[in-house]
Amino acid sequence: MPESPSLDVALMRYARLLLIRRAEERIRLEYPRDEMKTPVHLGIGAEAIAVGLCDAAPEGTSMFGTYRNHALYLARTGDLDGFFGELYGRVTGGARGKAGSMHLSSPAQGLLATSAVVGTTIPVAVGAALAHRYRGLTAPSVGCLGDGAIEEGVFWESLNFACLKQLPVVFVCEDNGLAIHTTAAARQGFTSVTAAVSAFRCLVSDASGVDVHQVATIAAQAFAHVATMQRPAFLRFRWHRALGHVGIHEDYADGYRDAPSEAERQASDPLALCEAGLRARGVTAETLVEYDAGVTARIDAAVDRARSAPLPGADDLTTDVWA
Amino acid sequence: MTREMTYRDALAAATMDAMEADASVIVFGLDVDDHTRIFGSTAGLLERFGPARVFGTPLSEDAMTGVAIGAALSGLRPIHVHIRADFLLLGMNQIANMMAPLRYLSGGRLAVPLVIRAIIGRGWGQGAQHSKSMHGVFARLPGLKVVLPTTPQDAYGLLRTAIADPNPVLCFEHRWLYDVSGPVDPAIAVSLGTAAVRRAGSAATVVAASWMTVEALKAADVLARHGVELEVVDVRSASPLDMDTIADSVARTGHCVVADYDWTYGGLAAEVAAEVGHRCFGALKAPVERLGFAPVPCPTTRPLETLFYPSAVTIIRTVERMLALPAADLSDESFYSYESRFTGPF
Repeated sequence: MPESPSLDVALMRYARLLLIRRAEERIRLEYPRDEMKTPVHLGIGAEAIAVGLCDAAPEGTSMFGTYRNHALYLARTGDLDGFFGELYGRVTGGARGKAGSMHLSSPAQGLLATSAVVGTTIPVAVGAALAHRYRGLTAPSVGCLGDGAIEEGVFWESLNFACLKQLPVVFVCEDNGLAIHTTAAARQGFTSVTAAVSAFRCLVSDASGVDVHQVATIAAQAFAHVATMQRPAFLRFRWHRALGHVGIHEDYADGYRDAPSEAERQASDPLALCEAGLRARGVTAETLVEYDAGVTARIDAAVDRARSAPLPGADDLTTDVWA
Repeated sequence: MTREMTYRDALAAATMDAMEADASVIVFGLDVDDHTRIFGSTAGLLERFGPARVFGTPLSEDAMTGVAIGAALSGLRPIHVHIRADFLLLGMNQIANMMAPLRYLSGGRLAVPLVIRAIIGRGWGQGAQHSKSMHGVFARLPGLKVVLPTTPQDAYGLLRTAIADPNPVLCFEHRWLYDVSGPVDPAIAVSLGTAAVRRAGSAATVVAASWMTVEALKAADVLARHGVELEVVDVRSASPLDMDTIADSVARTGHCVVADYDWTYGGLAAEVAAEVGHRCFGALKAPVERLGFAPVPCPTTRPLETLFYPSAVTIIRTVERMLALPAADLSDESFYSYESRFTGPF
């Protein structure tokens, strides 16, 4: 078990989990208005991975993500205006609406790129690590991927090159056991990805991604290992995808997977787990309600600002193609 | 200071000079550091700059294209080299889904300053997978620049400019041009997106790309002896495309043959023909003609390969038909000189 963080740290992580959860729940409420015209891949159940990872990442870390990137974006930036602005396609979005949900980024805060094509940012993260090494920067690079990306050739190419050159890159596999609607068993001709990756010259870890403090501890150890040993790391964190692949709905009724029991649902919920930990440490329910009210008010305001922000004009169509 | 050098040496010199001038420039790709040094075009770099800046890679073109992008986002100016343009296609996801749109997707917050060099193979049985160029496919992607140098001066100048450019640039180099020798003045800057009039003439304009510029100049030599003066415009840059220079020429000659080094369907030839038709509608005295590869995969055996490629002869006959001239007697002319000289294997 991870060391217990200080109460301040635990509360800070809780606040971040809450921000992400409430933001995505707000998307589920807003989506039916049909104003937010961008395919959303919600990460309800995965929040602890992003929060723990970003909390542990050294200053200057370059990060790359997938299309299921809301948690990573908010954990990294906390920027609700940029987030909702981009989802609503407004000029207040970081990319003035040209990116949408699947390409959220914040280069100034080290989230360089995310991609809607599985596996595509993995080698890009390796390239950033190469540049960091070359330039004498100590910060590493992080490439997030889903378990589906393991089946892309580019994952193995990237892992091989990173391990060959012993680059400071951390591959983070956010493993929900599903590629859209297809289970790992129906896709993978191997029994253990971590066993396969262990054949490469890198640190390998396999853990649940539900406990934000455990994720943060593992990530911090990995970052320390990467920095001192100058070699890559591959961290697998398992999580349960509470909703469908894309969109706002639960999809257990579709029949391709079983619905979890209420106990399983609770056990796979990073927010509930973090909250229970805080309660056990004597944080009152009232305090947590105050946190919730504060986050919800911020989200209300951010959504209002986004919905009333200008849409990009014709001039925006042709800008930002060329440097 | 102007020096006489080959195209291959000009490429190596441009890379050497760029790396001297800017420590962020690195070079990688399969075989860039082996003893053959990509036909000599990366010669001397490893010795001068060491393996941190010049290194061979695993056979992982897809990932290495992504590595180039990630490095470019992070303060470097990578040059990724492919000994055949066909191998570049393994990186197509990175090129089309990341490299080209990334600046747009970032709302202008990112730039991707990198260069991909790709060699177009030909002859001695290169066949369907060692002969493609497909520059038109890349040129149509917003966010990518595409150049096709044909002279040592342009090999030097365009590569230097490409390395310095803040955008991703693909540089297509025809294998047969590597032996071409010519003057190179490193002080001459060659900007991207400018065509070059290689030969002035009044009878017809031949807009040529890559090796077809050599064929067009040969055709112009032959036709000049028959009293027909061709103007030869070397496209040099497929994106941005210098339509002003092309349209100015066609407006003067009234005739246009587009000789591309690619299939004609939907490619650079189609684009140039459409633009010329639009811009020079009133000046054209005949329909624009397009020349390119036969619409088949590239065959290996020499007689079929000869039929596959357009040539100086094709250009001559096309111009003659366009101008309603009798077919000149070419029996004393020598064509396909390079095919006879090139002995491969690669």
